[in-house]
Amino acid sequence: MLEARIHVTLKKSVLDPQGDTVKSGLASLGFTTVQDCRVGKFMVLRLNETDAAAARARVDEMCRKLLANPVIEDYVFQINEVAG
Amino acid sequence: MKVGVLVFPGTWSHQDFAHVLQDVLGCDWGYVWHKDTSVSGYDCLILPGGFAHGDYLRCGAIARFSPVMEAVVRFAKSGGPVIGSCNGFQILCEAGLLPGALLRNTSLQYRCRWVHIRTESTATPFTRTLRVGQVLTMPISHGEGRYFAAPETLAELQANGQIVFRYSAPDGRITAEANPNGALDNIAGICNEGRNVVGLMPHPERAAESLLRSEDGRLLFDAMRAAATRS
Repeated sequence: MLEARIHVTLKKSVLDPQGDTVKSGLASLGFTTVQDCRVGKFMVLRLNETDAAAARARVDEMCRKLLANPVIEDYVFQINEVAG
Repeated sequence: MKVGVLVFPGTWSHQDFAHVLQDVLGCDWGYVWHKDTSVSGYDCLILPGGFAHGDYLRCGAIARFSPVMEAVVRFAKSGGPVIGSCNGFQILCEAGLLPGALLRNTSLQYRCRWVHIRTESTATPFTRTLRVGQVLTMPISHGEGRYFAAPETLAELQANGQIVFRYSAPDGRITAEANPNGALDNIAGICNEGRNVVGLMPHPERAAESLLRSEDGRLLFDAMRAAATRS
């Protein structure tokens, strides 16, 4: 069994007011070294597949077609082996 | 002319549209459920506001997979007039019928108030009886209305005259203060390249009777009816 761990964030060119608000919250707590904060989504998929390369291609397609909107979002993911 | 009002699980403005169509305009209309697979018999389609499918993942992202959307895409591609307001605008963007996307308001707050929008294009079935520069008063009610498009997409919209409405001051000036959500270029509404699909964040159906402060929303319905009668 394979597991995909997917992060979706707003593109660098897209203003992220939520990230900016979290950043100023951290600053008011004294965490002044935070240069930038982006808030995104984290998704975990369990895949009934054994071939990591095939799984990678399929998850990439899932991200392009639904999980991320290419107009506004970027995505990264990892594929890991997990116990079925 | 018969108007189809689409209803997804979570749509909330369909009854407002139905009321305007039936009681204000005396127009033939019907609801189209999201599981329907045909829109035949309708001359115009409306995608109302709400939270289709709970707006899970992204606003409009799941609605695009509702069975009816294939028929809506076919209708739109064949030149049929389609208008989406609020969540309906978000669905049209996610479905690829309109370019760009709608993001969380810069304020991070839900905005429910009256706005002024300036007419930028009259070359659509819903604005052809207006005049360029005409300022309309309508309410907005949304948390994700910040229109965004890549710079090259924005340039195309501007070059093709696809920007239909922009948030403005009451006198029509385009100002930062008049922009309720941080939308790119104060964009409140756009159309597709074929000009038959229009999306806007404000609610014309909530501004179609003097009792509700403004009748400006009615102008869009009147334009639509005039267009249908002519064709």
